[in-house]
Amino acid sequence: MPAGVELLYWDGCPSHPDALADLRAALAELGRTDVRVTLTEVSTDEQAADRGFIGSPTLRIGGVDLMPPPEDEPTGLTCRVYRRRDGRYSPTPDSADLRDALRRVLSRPEQDA
Amino acid sequence: MPLAIGAVAPSFSLPDTDGRSTPLVDGAPAATIVVFTCNHCPYALAWHDRLQAVARDYDARNVRTLQINSNDASRYPRDSLDAMAARVGAGDFAGPYLHDATQEVARKWEAGVTPEVFVLDAGGRLAYRGAADADHGDESLAAAWLRGAVDDVLANRRPAPAETRAVGCSIKWRA
Repeated sequence: MPAGVELLYWDGCPSHPDALADLRAALAELGRTDVRVTLTEVSTDEQAADRGFIGSPTLRIGGVDLMPPPEDEPTGLTCRVYRRRDGRYSPTPDSADLRDALRRVLSRPEQDA
Repeated sequence: MPLAIGAVAPSFSLPDTDGRSTPLVDGAPAATIVVFTCNHCPYALAWHDRLQAVARDYDARNVRTLQINSNDASRYPRDSLDAMAARVGAGDFAGPYLHDATQEVARKWEAGVTPEVFVLDAGGRLAYRGAADADHGDESLAAAWLRGAVDDVLANRRPAPAETRAVGCSIKWRA
């Protein structure tokens, strides 16, 4: 059973539908539509702190962030800031970065155990 | 009930990042652009350069641009006055960046998200509110909706549409 991708989101930020669409497109591009995608809503500051949630959307496999943030990033209910490969700011990960991260993590043997 | 198109926008005077009190009405601009924005929101950051370009491009046409940060900095430290001043010091803003510490202005203007733009005519009446353009991710759009609204005001026309849906981060209200 392949490892699943967890998409953590806060409903106060409008970016998670785009992030989910990008995630499903990346998995399709990699031929990995077998990978389970789960959505987890984070709705309080306490939940954000407990889950180490630094903003919406956050994508994890096995609890590990696909786009590792700086260590000092504070938790909280906010939109997460990503940078595109060309340096532009974005509310969602760069599609190519997301695809590469998925390919890298899903290719590890333990992720297909 | 949002601030109605055609209504006179609520007046204010807010400090800029140097503490200078900056009123909504100063002189006799042909139009005024008010942008509720902030430091921490990816939508505000994505649209930021386009909005500064509008401010610069229309300055010579007697259009005044004021940008306001109303977020609760106690919960979102990246929106602190010091962080605002750092961005101004770095040359990130083409005009005053005002601090709405009490959030009174955002409440009176019924701003909901960052970034959200408002265009006033020469009489201070609201002519347009909403998004700068259709897509935060497409710089080529160049804040076309905002530019079109300002052009309409300068030509004594009513912007159409006068309202669009602003997409961005919710304003972070105090608890």
